[in-house]
Amino acid sequence: MIKTDRILDAKGLACPMPIVRTKKAMKDLEPGQVIEVQATDKGSLADMKAWAKSSGNQYLGSSEEGNVLKHYLRKADESEGKDEVHFPHTLANSELQKQLSRDDVIVLDVREPAEYAFGHIEGAVSIPLGELEERAGELDSEKEIFVICRTGNRSDFAVKQLTEKGFSRVKNAVEGMSQWEGPTEQNNA
Amino acid sequence: MTVKAMTAKEVARKVMDNKPLFILDVRNGDAFADWKIEGGNIQYLNTPYFDLLDGVEEVASELPKDRDILVVCAKEGSSVMVAEMLDEEGVDVAYLEGGMKAWSEHLEPVKVGDLKNGGELYQFVRIGKGCLSYMAISGGEAAIVDATRMTNIFLDFAQEKDAKIKHVFDTHLHADHISGGRSIAEATGATYYLPPADAEEVIFDYAELVNGLEVAIGDARIEIEALYSPGHTIGSTSFIVDDQYLMTGDILFIDSIGRPDLAGLAEDWGGDLRESLYSRYAELADELVVLPAHFMIMDELNEDGSVAKKLGDLFKENHGLNIEDEQEFRDMVTKNLPPQPNAYQDIRKLNMGKITPDEEVQREMEIGPNRCAVR
Repeated sequence: MIKTDRILDAKGLACPMPIVRTKKAMKDLEPGQVIEVQATDKGSLADMKAWAKSSGNQYLGSSEEGNVLKHYLRKADESEGKDEVHFPHTLANSELQKQLSRDDVIVLDVREPAEYAFGHIEGAVSIPLGELEERAGELDSEKEIFVICRTGNRSDFAVKQLTEKGFSRVKNAVEGMSQWEGPTEQNNA
Repeated sequence: MTVKAMTAKEVARKVMDNKPLFILDVRNGDAFADWKIEGGNIQYLNTPYFDLLDGVEEVASELPKDRDILVVCAKEGSSVMVAEMLDEEGVDVAYLEGGMKAWSEHLEPVKVGDLKNGGELYQFVRIGKGCLSYMAISGGEAAIVDATRMTNIFLDFAQEKDAKIKHVFDTHLHADHISGGRSIAEATGATYYLPPADAEEVIFDYAELVNGLEVAIGDARIEIEALYSPGHTIGSTSFIVDDQYLMTGDILFIDSIGRPDLAGLAEDWGGDLRESLYSRYAELADELVVLPAHFMIMDELNEDGSVAKKLGDLFKENHGLNIEDEQEFRDMVTKNLPPQPNAYQDIRKLNMGKITPDEEVQREMEIGPNRCAVR
């Protein structure tokens, strides 16, 4: 089960209705929120991807259960990818890749659970940005923490929060998963 | 508000008659780029339906006023929606009934010619997918070659002609489309023939289609003779019908030749393909009319919509029959091949009887253009 903010039932609906309903449901979501769209129309897979691209939303992935397709989409956050990143300590993906073999580091992935489910760095810890305030205590402050999201924006907020909470060795993996070329693993079942 | 529907048959007639048509294809860009309604006098605009949900004013201004406009989508639903929106803007349009699904399934029967001792030969042009099937009819009996999944069309056609289907052949185990051969044979009691070399893994009974096999239909004894011609598959077999026609299966097309890689053995079969084309076919009479199992581009259609050309002409004009250097030929048929057909491995399994998905799944498996040739 992937945690989402909204589930839309478009089962049994033929094209164009799955997209029409999704577009409507998206209007009521906050930027950054994730929707799960359940559809039985096989054509919805290609169309959901193409529509997300054309509408500027983020298509996370799809899974299939029996004859039901579950599509995961995240509503675009207009500030994303545009804001300047303020936290001074950053590292590039190529550098992060080299650090992965160390056993005294944590990769913290602050994207939404559905984004994480469709592809993350092996061993990365998942705490969505919205839950970090409460769950920061789960992290081992002895270790160096590399924080990653999709484009370096949410992770910037996260490293600042962690610094305020007294974590001293944190870095923002500023290029984000959108530019990650190393291996990933999925757990979207 | 109801808008006009245009049937796949009407569109097929327009294409075959080279009539002007403007197609507003509202499928997503990838689907359009992969496969669309082709025709010599068709203009296109591809705007996905999901970009039109907020209004069609913009797209309406790009539509011509001097030719018929057809809105096309995958299964009809989105094209009806867009057509209705355009209609409300005062634009006169039709939608394609059944969408690209219906287009893929439409067969247009075209008479190829008369048989010498009485009887007729028909070609069934599956215009949306480039598949060609054949029915020879004589003296109340019929033989079918390379039937497609839409078996009712063949059954109805034979009934209209008062002919009993006696023999059903597949020139090879198809990888690009689902064969209707076995199902027609089961429905009519006809014999279903397959080349044994292609049929090693099939799980049903069939009659062996081997070199030299001769069957006859009707009182006039129209002869159908099998000619082993491997290369596209190891079992590929051609037919000489009535000493007039050469049915080449997927070995030789009008403007291209077969590809040897769909069963995974391009290197091995490249040599067989050359042997079939450059030796076996070369020994046959130039006057034979070649009837292939596919066409790839609309230019391969004759003016009457048929796909047929004399073997002698093909030896002069078809690039694939005119490559002297053997290595160059091998390279052409094994390197830089076009993408493989949609779901071709599952289609092979289905044609072997190993899987039997429901009709809707079978439709999805066949989506997309034909890709059995190398040019």
